[in-house]
Order: sequence, then C-alpha cells, then structure tokens
Amino acid sequence: MSGHHNPSGRHHDHDHGHHQLSFLRKYVFSVDHKVIGVQYAVTALVFLFFGFSLMMLMRWQLAYPGKSLPLLGGLFPPDGVMKPEMYNSLGAMHGTIMIFLGVVPLLVGGFGNYVLPLQIGAPDMSFPKLNMMSYWAYFVGGVVMLSSFFVPGGAANSGWTSYAPLSVIAGKGQTVWLLGMVFLITSSLLGSVNFITTIVQLRAKGLTMFRLPFFVWAQFVTAFLLLLAFPPLEAAAVLQLMDRLAGTSFYMPEGLVVSGVPQAYTGGGNPLLYQHLFWFLAHPEVYVLILPGMGIVAEVIANNTRKPLWGYRAMVYSSIFLGFMSFIVWAHHMFITGMGTKISAFFAATTMIISIPSVIILTAMIISLYRGSIRFNVPMLFALAFLPMFAIGGLTGLPLGLPASDIQLHDTYYVIGHFHYVVAPGTIFAIFAGIYFWYPKVTGKRLNEALGKIHFWLSLIFMNVVFMPMFFQGLAGVSRRLYDQTVYAHGEAVQTLTRMSSWGAWMLGVAQLPFILNFVMSLVASRKTAENPWQATTLEWAAPTPPPHGNFLVPPVVHRGPYEYSVPGMKRDFFPQHLVVEG
Amino acid sequence: MGGAHADVSGHVKMYIAVFAALAIGTIVTVLASTVDLGGHWNVAVAMAIAAVKASLVAAIFMHLKWESASVIWITLLFCAIFLVVLMALPVLTSGDRPPMVQIGSWG
Amino acid sequence: MSAGTLPYKVEPHPVTGVYSGKLGTWLFLASEVMLFGGLLSAYVFLRVGAPEAGPAAWPTHEQTELSWKIGGINTLVLILSSVTMVMAWVALKMNDVAKGKMYLAVTAALAMTFIVVKLALEYHPKFKHHHVPSTNNFFALYFTLTGLHALHVLGGVVVILYFLLPGAGLWKTNPTYYTNRIECTGLYWHFVDLVWIFLFPILYLMN
Repeated sequence: MSGHHNPSGRHHDHDHGHHQLSFLRKYVFSVDHKVIGVQYAVTALVFLFFGFSLMMLMRWQLAYPGKSLPLLGGLFPPDGVMKPEMYNSLGAMHGTIMIFLGVVPLLVGGFGNYVLPLQIGAPDMSFPKLNMMSYWAYFVGGVVMLSSFFVPGGAANSGWTSYAPLSVIAGKGQTVWLLGMVFLITSSLLGSVNFITTIVQLRAKGLTMFRLPFFVWAQFVTAFLLLLAFPPLEAAAVLQLMDRLAGTSFYMPEGLVVSGVPQAYTGGGNPLLYQHLFWFLAHPEVYVLILPGMGIVAEVIANNTRKPLWGYRAMVYSSIFLGFMSFIVWAHHMFITGMGTKISAFFAATTMIISIPSVIILTAMIISLYRGSIRFNVPMLFALAFLPMFAIGGLTGLPLGLPASDIQLHDTYYVIGHFHYVVAPGTIFAIFAGIYFWYPKVTGKRLNEALGKIHFWLSLIFMNVVFMPMFFQGLAGVSRRLYDQTVYAHGEAVQTLTRMSSWGAWMLGVAQLPFILNFVMSLVASRKTAENPWQATTLEWAAPTPPPHGNFLVPPVVHRGPYEYSVPGMKRDFFPQHLVVEG
Repeated sequence: MGGAHADVSGHVKMYIAVFAALAIGTIVTVLASTVDLGGHWNVAVAMAIAAVKASLVAAIFMHLKWESASVIWITLLFCAIFLVVLMALPVLTSGDRPPMVQIGSWG
Repeated sequence: MSAGTLPYKVEPHPVTGVYSGKLGTWLFLASEVMLFGGLLSAYVFLRVGAPEAGPAAWPTHEQTELSWKIGGINTLVLILSSVTMVMAWVALKMNDVAKGKMYLAVTAALAMTFIVVKLALEYHPKFKHHHVPSTNNFFALYFTLTGLHALHVLGGVVVILYFLLPGAGLWKTNPTYYTNRIECTGLYWHFVDLVWIFLFPILYLMN
C-alpha cells in the first residue's frame, strides 16, 4: 500500500528534498529491496545457526544417552541430562527453524530480494511496502516461534510435521507454533505475490523471459509454489487451531483414548486429513528449498566455467515441469498410512517422473563443466560440491518413492540422511556459494579466499561424516526421533555410527568459525573490490557497488542472453547483457 | 479497459442483468434443494448452479471476460488444476486396502 | 530514483496489459482460492467419511437448525454489494467521485448488514442452543468456513473505509491510481462474494 507516495508534480520537489531518511526508515523499516534482502539474510543466518545449535545439543543425547551435558549442562536442570520432552521439542524446533525460518527466508527473502530485482534491471520490487511487511511478518513469526520455548510445557514437540492427533493433544507450545506458522505463511504469500509481479512487470527493456538468468527462473517457479502450496497448510493450521482451542474434531477420530484416558472429542474426524493437507504444502516446499539453490549454483557455474550454461532452455522447462509435478507427488510421504495400492502406484509413478527434470537440471550443470576453463574460487568450490551432494540426496530418494522399499525405510534414519543430503550439503552449500559470490556486490568487499577454502573443505568433509552414517543406521532399522536408540538391540549395534554422526556435527559447527570470522572481518578489514570482480555478464554487476536506492543510474537495456562467456572473436571472455558493443 | 466513458456506462446494464441472474440462481438453488432428485443429483444440481453463478461473478464483475493478460490466465489455470487435485483428497483415502492391513495388529 | 517512480504502478504494462496492482491482486486471489480450496476439501473429506450413526454422525437439515431464509437473504445482500462495488468503479471511471464514494459507502453498509445478520440471527441463536464448533464436524466446518469468510468480509470493509476516509486524498492527486485501487478492492470483494456463493448451498441446503 504505497498511497503515501505522491506522484503529482506539485509535491514532487518536496519529495526530493527528503533524501535524508531517518535511521529507522533507512535501515529498520526500509522499503528498499536491498536493505530488506540483507535484513532477511542476516536474520535467517542467525536462525540457521540457532537451529543447528539445537541439533548439536540433541546429538549429545543421541551419542551419550542419559549422560549430563558437558559445559552446557546448566541448560537442562537439575542434572544436566536432556529430558525426553526437551529432546522432542528440540527436534521439532530444529526442523521448523531450519526450513521455515532459515533456509527459505535466506534463499527467497535474502537472495531473491537482493539479487532478483538487480538481475532483471528493476529499480525495486513491484510493491516495496508489501516487501517490508513480509519481512516483518517473518520476523514476528520467528519471535513467536522462539517464545514458545518459554511457555509452560515447552516448545512444540510433535515434530516439524505436527501430525495430528498427537499435536492436537500436545502442550501449549503447539498453539504458539501454529500462530507462528500463520505469520510465516503470510510472509511467504506476500513475498511470492511480490516476486511474481516484479518478474512479470519490471524486467528491463530487451530482457525477454528466455534472456533471464536461471536464478530468476528458479525464483519465479519457487514463488508460484509458495503461492499455491502454502494456503492449504494455512487451512490445515486453522483446522488444527480449532481442534486445539475450540474442541472441534477435524483430525480426531471417534473414541480416541490416550494413555488410558478417553478424550473429550466428539470424533468423526480423520488424522489423515492433516497429513494430506500438510504434505500438499510440504512436498512443493521441498522444491522451494532446492530450486533457488540450483539457481545460485547455475549462476556460479556459468561464471566460473567461463562458458554459457549447457541446455539453458532445457533447464528452464525442467524447472517449470518440476514445479508442476511437485503438486501431485505428496502422498509418497504417506505410503504406510494404508492407502490403496492403485493410489500408491499412481504416486510412485509421479514420484519417478519428477526425478526426471531434477536429473536434467543436474546433468545440464555437469555437462556445463565439460571443457570449461574452470576457476576454482570459493563460490565455485561450493557450487561444484553441490552437484554430487545433491545427487546423493536425490538418488537415495528413489527407494523412498517406491511403496515396497518405503515400507522398510519409512521413518528411519535413512529418510533423515536422504533429505539432509538434499538440504544440508545441497542447499546450504548453494547458499554458501551465493554468499561468497554476491558478498562483493552487497558490501563492496571480498571475502578472504584462504579462510573460505578452509571453511569449504572442513564443511565438505564433516557434512559427509554427519549424514553418510545415517543411511547405514536407517538400513539397520533404527527409527528417527528416538530419544535413546540403545534401548533396542539393533540400535545398540550401530551406536558407533551415531557417535560418528554426533562428532561430525560438532566438528561441522567448529568448521563454521572461519566463515563467521571471514564474514565479519571482511566487512571492516578487506579493501574495496572491483565493480565486477567475477567478470560476470548478468545485470546485477551493471549497477554501482553497493547499489544505491533505485539501483541503476540509467535504466539498463538488455541486448543478449545471460551467459555470453568466451564469445569467439572477442577480446574479453565475457560480454555483459547490457553492453551494445564490447566495452 | 480502454477507459472510454461509453464503454463503461454500457457495462451498467450488464451488471444489473448479472445481479438479476444471480438472484434468480439463488432462488432456483433453494427451490431445487426442496425437491428430492435422488442420490447425488441434489448435490450435483446445487454445485452446477453455484458454478454458473461464480462464473458470472468472475466473468462480468471481475472483468475476466475482457481480461487479456496471459499471466493471469496461466495462474488461474494452475490454480484450477491444483484445486481439482485438492478436491480429490477423499478418493485417496478410500482406496482398496490390502486385507492384511485390516486384520493386522495395527488395527 | 525512489520507489514512488516505479513503472507500471498506475499505467498498464504495454506487453502484459495490466498494471502491477491488478496482477498482484489476482495472484493473491489465487492463493485465496487454494486456502478456501483446502477448507472445502476438508469438508468433502469429512462428510464422505462421516460415521453413519452416533454423536459424530452428519446432522440432518432439521438438526442443523440453519435457516435457508436467513442464508438466502444474506446471499442477496452480498450479491447486491458486489453490484454496488462495481458501480463505484464505473462512477470513478466516469470521473464522478461523489457517486463513486456513495456506492462505496453503500457497499460497506451492505457488508456490515451481512455481518450483523450473521452474528445476531445466526451465531447468537446457535450458541444459545449449544450448537458450538465442538458439537460435531458439521458445526465445526460451519463455524470455521463462515467465520473465516466473515473475517474476509470485515477485511473488505476496512479496505473500503480506508479508501473512503484517509485514502480518499489520492483521488485529488492521482485519480487513475485511485480508480485502479478501487478496481483491485473490487476484485477482492467479488471473490469474497464468489466464496459465499459456494458456501451457501454447501452449508444451508445440502444436508
């Protein structure tokens, strides 16, 4: 709602007289997409580290069940041992925070907000005030989520999926979780409306849809996924709130007895309704987590192989097809709920089909490397590591998409290993690639290469130490969400693997120290970098660094595709999109 | 929307006509519900009338009849497809269950 | 360059043919379709799976005590408000701001009529007869669906009142922009009407 702005001539001069915005308007309640992007990114990074810390605590209980925590024992009175309820809360909040407060806001709110308008040559997002509101809705949602740790009974502890009826009879923290989700969903919806409108309306002159960088395409498809998949979750959350607060029975079957106590619900509801509505969102959400990551990796690969992306159009069509298919695969999360065999077969088939576009995108990026003169800088290392890591995550998903093998593997550590390979060494590596790649654009400074390489190699090693053992644990039959797997013989047998994972997680935490140091130190210590340090072709590098409010000094005009690297017969090996002749 | 006055004022009659159609549609829906058409036909008739009324609102009041922006149509197309998928939820839970699930210890 | 000079905020984009606000509104409405779609799918799901007998069984029309007369009158009120909404836009298009504001005021008044009827003649007697959301799944759905719809109506009233009072100054500085925003408000308003067109037979007539 920007009715506040006054486009009439009479007041125009008056407006220009007020370029000195107050601190609050400039840095806190800013409507500039770049400030909002940085706000999103920094908040989301803090949440990512917080969510990761929760898991590092849980890994102690898993590795050394029943032992009191060293150093941090004070967090768990009286004896420093994590209680099962606390373990459940930490698990639920880890998932929620990482997905809804960390990765998605960072990829879409952070990178999307900052880079996308620049890459399409726009002065800002279409609805700047809406953009600000979506950040603050996200912020409030985050605060609400965190505050749930302090309500009686602790934070939500029914898993990040909040399956009913468990979540309906859970403590007060679950209500807070649902309220927090309503804010986060609202934020995402406002954001996606803004992204789609911006891409459709505000592209620079000459920037046709097939001259868009792949990152913009990825964000475009992602925005549609958020727009159409989140509302059913909002519906599911509203119904769960009603069940919890008004005593309705949307998800409550007749005659429900919990721990020997009959529940005061009329019944007639169905827990599967929740699962359907939840996964109707949550499967597209998986692609929300990965598509922008693929977009970042594509940008970094094209730039550092110094050649055009191989199969750009195939990648674009694949991502559209991927987005479409992601709406009709959700029930593969529910094979063991007793769905009919025909329905299971249908969802197994769509699941196999959706792997095709993912493989096309991945293959196109791998072929793009072929005969490139690759620059092994830090963003490129992360982008290169993304490829095999995502491949492991994707391929281990196939057995989960087939009902027969899924019955064995469902809800085991195998599932945890699978999706973490997609989001942790997959998406998070793409995020790191993006941070190292665009940091010079945002700050005008470059991150230190040596520290970056230490960060990369340690992260790569320990990511695998954390998640590879989980496949073997899962195949050994260890269920996820267990407080203490050693009470079972088959869990005890693979406890060494659990310890390995735990030590990997703690070392992974240590491995992030060079990054934090680098991130902060480079702001103050490093010298100003060149305007276009990576010699890139896309439009964000055509704006001044760091870009002023309004971005471009002159509205750019685009003359060619996004990745004109190593054009034969040219002096330089890159030909920016906005130049008429080689400059 | 060209914005020419004659254009818009010509619409007014159409809006009144749509209002009349919607009012009549409402009355017909109520009347149809009092007659037992047997089986699911009552539901089908009520939904069909509602669909016609909704289409009128979308086409005339919301100006979709004159809408040429392809991005709006594409969005609505996807929306419609996924809506149909959502509505198919009940089918998904009432499939053929293998007998072992019914007699198994999972109840 | 400030955000106030963003292109295609007021005038339509030459290629896509829409101004940004209209596209944004349609996208928002698409998400609203999915929201109500999720709830309607819950309705179908629970109704198809409702037990044959017992307290959780689906109630008959008599047991619901819902009056199709009140529901029908409210339907007409809402349809009429859609007409006045679109008439407000026509008046603004023809530069008749007084008439436009009159129609907007009538729309808001009709919306409030809808809400008052809903609360006084429907919710209140239901609560008095102990028909509350927890009674059974029909009432759970009835209160959730109509409650969420009523919140949408109230949201529309707030927006209309904003454009009648604090936001009305925009007409003087940029009449096209003001008219566009009323058109977007109208799109939302007609959508709220459209949802009710489905809710009415589902809740009042199909038991």
